[in-house]
Amino acid sequence: MTDTTPAAKPEAPRPPTPHYVNPAPWDPYVSERLTADQEKYYMAGQWKLMWWRFRRHRPAVVSAAFLLLIYFSTLISEWIAPYDLHTRHAKYIFAPPQSVHFFHDGSFRGPFVYALKMERDLDTLQRVYTEDTTKPQQIRFFCSGAKYDFWEMIEGTFHFVCPPDGGTLFIAGTDRLGRDMFSRIVYAARISLTIGVIGIALSFTLALVLGGLAGYYGGWVDSVVQRITEILKSFPHLPLWLALSAALPVTWSPLLIYFGITLILALLDWPSLGRAVRSKLLSLREEDYALAAQMMGAKPARIIGRHLLPGFMSHLIASATLSIPSMILAETALSFLGLGLRPPITSWGVLLNEATDINVVAVNWWLMLPVVPVILVILAYQFMGDGMRDAADPYA
Amino acid sequence: MLHYVARRILLMIPTLFIISALVYVIIDLPPGDCVTSQIDELLARGDPDALHRADELRALYGLDHSLVYRYFHWVAGIFRWDFGLSCQDTVPVADLIGERIVLTMVMETATIAFIWIVSFVIGVYAATHQYQVGDYVASFIGFVGLAVPNFLLAIVLLYVGKVYFGLSIGGLMDPDFIDKPMSWAKFVSVSGHLIIPVVVIGTSGTAGMIRRLRANLLDELQKQYVVTGRAKGLPPLKLLIKYPLRHAINPFVADIGHLLPEVISGSVIVSVVLSLPTTGPMLLGALKTQDVNLAATFLLIVATLTVIGMLISDLLLAALDPRIRFGATSEK
Repeated sequence: MTDTTPAAKPEAPRPPTPHYVNPAPWDPYVSERLTADQEKYYMAGQWKLMWWRFRRHRPAVVSAAFLLLIYFSTLISEWIAPYDLHTRHAKYIFAPPQSVHFFHDGSFRGPFVYALKMERDLDTLQRVYTEDTTKPQQIRFFCSGAKYDFWEMIEGTFHFVCPPDGGTLFIAGTDRLGRDMFSRIVYAARISLTIGVIGIALSFTLALVLGGLAGYYGGWVDSVVQRITEILKSFPHLPLWLALSAALPVTWSPLLIYFGITLILALLDWPSLGRAVRSKLLSLREEDYALAAQMMGAKPARIIGRHLLPGFMSHLIASATLSIPSMILAETALSFLGLGLRPPITSWGVLLNEATDINVVAVNWWLMLPVVPVILVILAYQFMGDGMRDAADPYA
Repeated sequence: MLHYVARRILLMIPTLFIISALVYVIIDLPPGDCVTSQIDELLARGDPDALHRADELRALYGLDHSLVYRYFHWVAGIFRWDFGLSCQDTVPVADLIGERIVLTMVMETATIAFIWIVSFVIGVYAATHQYQVGDYVASFIGFVGLAVPNFLLAIVLLYVGKVYFGLSIGGLMDPDFIDKPMSWAKFVSVSGHLIIPVVVIGTSGTAGMIRRLRANLLDELQKQYVVTGRAKGLPPLKLLIKYPLRHAINPFVADIGHLLPEVISGSVIVSVVLSLPTTGPMLLGALKTQDVNLAATFLLIVATLTVIGMLISDLLLAALDPRIRFGATSEK
């Protein structure tokens, strides 16, 4: 439009109205002024609200802190463990846990252990360990001890705790080769804890892709995916896991076996997540904003990823967290049965594999100690997952 | 209704077919076969005609044929109740597993009955006594039951039984009864030995069931019709049984679909730990030695039982809940 007519003249100021008008702009919230707290609450984004709600769930917060700590410890296992994973102490086979003492002859000596003395019971031929209470041996802290390769790369000798000079420190006993159980449990945490996270990442991806395809496209894609999930969900998992992991070739390297096992765990785990993705997508794709995006020419991948997924991502993450413990347990069970990971890769299940023979365990009860971290981690994940599920819908 | 049942049964056939094929291929996948390890053993002993014997054995087990041929041969045999030869002792699979399957089914049925009875009683009690000591105790037990994996529980129980009570709780009957025909004394012995495995396998399922029943019943108890009933002066027990319980009981039946695979998985690992003469240890052994016929038969039977169990649970659900109708609506 061309401007042929001269611009309209600015209106002449109106004559003042007879009644008073406040010149300040009108504040719509004047009737109920928000406090600073309320304002913060109303302005907060979705994730921030979730965090606030999660924080209120005490057991969940404690569990999350515990999990953070224990995951962090896997980064520095070499510093925490007093011994190496594979060091054998031929003189101390099946040694019982050494207790840490503080008082010797009534005087405070700081943390120390008594030296272990081994004798053979001539009747049963079993090894009997006794503490030699005349010789207190001081435990060393922040010290240089057994050599290790930090993450298989940098050589080092630093440990938080070291055995006394010329003595031993087996706070969780030793196994049939005289390896320190505590150090082995610390190193095994690396494998046991990561297998849950990597496994869930794989299963999450599978669930997103397959559930997404089924939910968005519907039709025959949906039917096929639905049938697969039905079959997988209705079939008992353990026998299938056993069959699949028995199928991993013996010739594979331990690392490949590790990834193979995580893949196997993920393969049977995705259906329940996938179903959740599908049903949510089915309902969300009918929303107006999905239609609007489609009209504007957005590709399916963009619509799913950018517009639909964020709507229920928090739920997905919460339910994924709740299925991590079952993954850790599954790996433990498989390794316990001897079909999972194999030495030299060491997980808690591999350690428990030594506790299969009840007659050995009855004499050496400390072989069952790896059960403790398994149960603690599972409980922590349960609590944290519960808290996350409650927090996942902050507007409720 | 009849139409629905027929369709479900027809659908079972391709499902089982696919499962059996997958399982057969997976077990056969790793290099080598069940003869390899036997021959290695003979070679190690210095048997001169071990290699000659290998060919003989392979021919006996049909391992000289292709995988596809062997699979269809096995499937065709199933219809004649012939599950092929087991590699381990050159015995027909059917002879090897008969009693084990029966014992497994007995154990699993007992476990499900245990889960139902215990979680029903505890769940109803916890819901009607909300926020009282009993409720908290029940919730706590439920949580521990969920968190402690059942095979670890089995090891711990085994240890406690052995060290503190001098019991050996492995096995499913006293040694005198093994290979004896069924009798009253044997039945008593089996039931006694069943208690521990049933409790161990049942804990996690019971825990989940208690939680669900409690939540459902609590929801129902808040509703208007309960208040009305109370106002009319119905005795509390009669009111509870007559109305809210009937609504809340649905998950019991519906959940057998979840419960059954869980119980079967649990029974496999627990029976390995407790060395019960059920299918678990034999399946594990068969998988480790690549005894394809034996392992695949086990897995197929497990799959069949699961599918039938699911069908029964769906039908029960329809019978119990008048809101569910089959066949009336067309599938979307």
